[in-house]
Amino acid sequence: MSKSNFTRRGLLKTSVAAGGALAMPTIFSPSWADGHAGFTNAPQGSTVTLGFNVPQSGPYADEGADELRAYELAVEHLNGGGDGGMINTFSSKTLDGTGILGKKVEYVTGDTQTKSDAARASARSMIEKDGAVMITGGSSSGVAVAVQALCQEAGIIFMAGLTHSNDTTGKDRKANGFRHFFNSYMSGAALAPVLANAYGKDRKAYHLTADYNWGYTTEEAVTQATEAVGWETVNTVKTPLTQTDFSSYIAPVLQTDADVLVLNHYGGNMVNSLTNAVQFGLRDKQVNGKNFEIVVPLYSRLMARGAGANVKGIFGSTNWHWSLTDEGSKAFVQSFGTKYGFPPSQAAHTCYVQTMLYADAVNRAGSFNPCAVVEALEGFEFDGLGNGPTLYRAEDHQCFKDVLVVKGKENPTSEFDLLEIVEITPRAQVEYAPDHPQMGGAAATLGSCNPGA
Amino acid sequence: MFGLNSKDSTLLILVAVLALFAPFILNPFPEGSALAQFNAGYPDLMQRFVIFGIFAIGFNILFGLTGYLSFGHAAFLGVGSYAAIWMMKLLTLNVIPAIIMAIIFAGIFALVVGFISLRRSGIYFSILTLAFAQMSYALAYSVLTPITGGETGLQLKATDTPLLSNLGPTEIGRANLFGLDMRTSYELELGTWLFTFNTGYYIAAVCMLIGFYVSIRIFRSPFGMMLRAVKSNQQRLNYTGLNSKPYTLAAFVISGMYAGLAGGLMVAMDTQVGPERMFWTASGEVVLMTILGGVGTLIGPVLGAGMIKYMENIISKINDNILHQWFAFMPDGIEDFLVTIIHPFIGKGWHLTLGIIFMLVVIFLPGGLVEGGQRIGRMFGSGKKADADTGAADTKPAE
Repeated sequence: MSKSNFTRRGLLKTSVAAGGALAMPTIFSPSWADGHAGFTNAPQGSTVTLGFNVPQSGPYADEGADELRAYELAVEHLNGGGDGGMINTFSSKTLDGTGILGKKVEYVTGDTQTKSDAARASARSMIEKDGAVMITGGSSSGVAVAVQALCQEAGIIFMAGLTHSNDTTGKDRKANGFRHFFNSYMSGAALAPVLANAYGKDRKAYHLTADYNWGYTTEEAVTQATEAVGWETVNTVKTPLTQTDFSSYIAPVLQTDADVLVLNHYGGNMVNSLTNAVQFGLRDKQVNGKNFEIVVPLYSRLMARGAGANVKGIFGSTNWHWSLTDEGSKAFVQSFGTKYGFPPSQAAHTCYVQTMLYADAVNRAGSFNPCAVVEALEGFEFDGLGNGPTLYRAEDHQCFKDVLVVKGKENPTSEFDLLEIVEITPRAQVEYAPDHPQMGGAAATLGSCNPGA
Repeated sequence: MFGLNSKDSTLLILVAVLALFAPFILNPFPEGSALAQFNAGYPDLMQRFVIFGIFAIGFNILFGLTGYLSFGHAAFLGVGSYAAIWMMKLLTLNVIPAIIMAIIFAGIFALVVGFISLRRSGIYFSILTLAFAQMSYALAYSVLTPITGGETGLQLKATDTPLLSNLGPTEIGRANLFGLDMRTSYELELGTWLFTFNTGYYIAAVCMLIGFYVSIRIFRSPFGMMLRAVKSNQQRLNYTGLNSKPYTLAAFVISGMYAGLAGGLMVAMDTQVGPERMFWTASGEVVLMTILGGVGTLIGPVLGAGMIKYMENIISKINDNILHQWFAFMPDGIEDFLVTIIHPFIGKGWHLTLGIIFMLVVIFLPGGLVEGGQRIGRMFGSGKKADADTGAADTKPAE
């Protein structure tokens, strides 16, 4: 026992040394503000650090990997490397390849694991340890809402990645958070007229909905939009998120007089439910003298690839597609393809654009101060980033732009060429009031911007 | 000291000193140096170290002493978190009532789950607890959305007006302890070193020390002895005429309350909760922490928790870019080669690194990191034992 004294004494020595260190004249200042100019993590020296928080493991790892590629490309372009990509087509001309406000862009990466806890831990380490001045990324609305709230508290700008639920810029909107991606409401509003045209106005729809937040907002948006064009909703059924076999949910559809099946599913859920529905022969059926049809409100290329030939002819909506032929999209597909050898996904596109928009907003504001950036982005009208003329609305920090209605291609030429654009729904048709009931009503407010520190 | 023998007192003091000086110990590298990547002394991670330490200490009271392997402990963490955030939303932003409610609710839930699950032992018990946890997760994710916020979870909002706090109309509440904000910290610059002392961390550390002390007392008590008897041979214990169920149930509830404390502290440090906190991987994680550190030892679970959280937060943030900076001094070919070799083990590959370490520990150090410490201790002088292994002598099963 006596020998354990050694350790204790050693520790005492350490503590005395540490106490002495404490007594030295030192600079005390609150965290997140150390020696900075009035806001959290103000960039010091000749560099600025951005935090790229994407799912690198878990169910959305593929999308996360594509997002990271886009971020790396964006940083390269901001620092003057590569061919400049969409900097050349962007309507605002403040970006010149010298970084942001003349500071070279550096970045840190983290793994959200598509869990809000892990995402917040990773974001907090970027803020507290790495001094990131902006966080961006994410591939699920749960994560986006969680990280957005964290950034609001810490006084950091959050540029959302792939998040489609209404809540991100609806009931959970925050002054420091911005979303370029479209949302459930826009999907519904864009799809309904196209569906009415293609399938008629007297259809009876049956909804299968993933039993979580995004599923609810999408179901609500699509039922309201389709009922507005005259459709009838026969039934809406919630399916567990972890379900892999949907046969037991699809069999009851056959017992009703529904003639359209809407699958409010995303990712692996959609791949499985669509495959099951096709196996049940729903698409060869005739109900009420009409062909039975299937609709998938939110499409992504990765999902289309997973479902294979089953997606042929099925309608859905998407934020952006690489086959668009405007100058911005062409420039982006060109530089992404040159660097990685395949076309970018819509997740990559929205992340790249968000980074550019942030960099430009800082340049226009002349400061990294979050409140200045918020002011620069609010009500900002821009073009040349692949979606046509776009507005960052001041009331909810949501981008308003044209929405693509797509359908599964009948004769795909490659594993990336699975969707074809049916219609580009104009922006006016998908706009809504900031206090729309689906967006949290009048109770939803941005609050005020928080510069932290 | 406090009714502990000298050995245990030493251990408690050691843990207290480690916790007190964690900001120094975890930040050994100067800011801006290449190795600063490995610094872990920032508030979020330090808080996680102690919070998951508490979680693992509590789990160890059940698993280490009785041998009952619960695969659903994250459910109590989650219940504690939801209770705490509702206290903050409705009553007060002070963390103390929130933490107390978290412990109470987790305890009640553990009583219900334990009462049912403890009818079986071994693998059946594990499966029952797993089923309860997954059920809680599924409920929180979807059916109970009005209470739990579903996928997006709950956070403090500008619309929340806790009874005992007077907030401005658009002000978002912040967790505090009698007005002391959890997130305030002081930064100490010594040359190029930067040390951060965070309020929330020290509050969590005090909770962990109390939890650690209680756990030592339980380990050394007649009650703890009875739990060890359950582990070594429950049937024999029953044949002596003793009813072991109240003991196991008590252990289960205590360990659930520890999880609730951890959950409440998580909310106190970062006012947000989502259902993934109850997912089965979270339950599995605490099992890994305990086994990695050393089952049935006092300090093992804390070490295991620290190890796993360190890997999750530090290794996962290293990317190819950083590797290229490290190896920049080498010729291009060798640099690229080294980066290619290391690439699978960093960033998203942190699971792989953790898995390898876990396998190595289980194969070569069945007693966990504590056994490693013991062996090193034995290497340096025969009579000398490392402080860390004090509890390890008690781990040997009686079979």
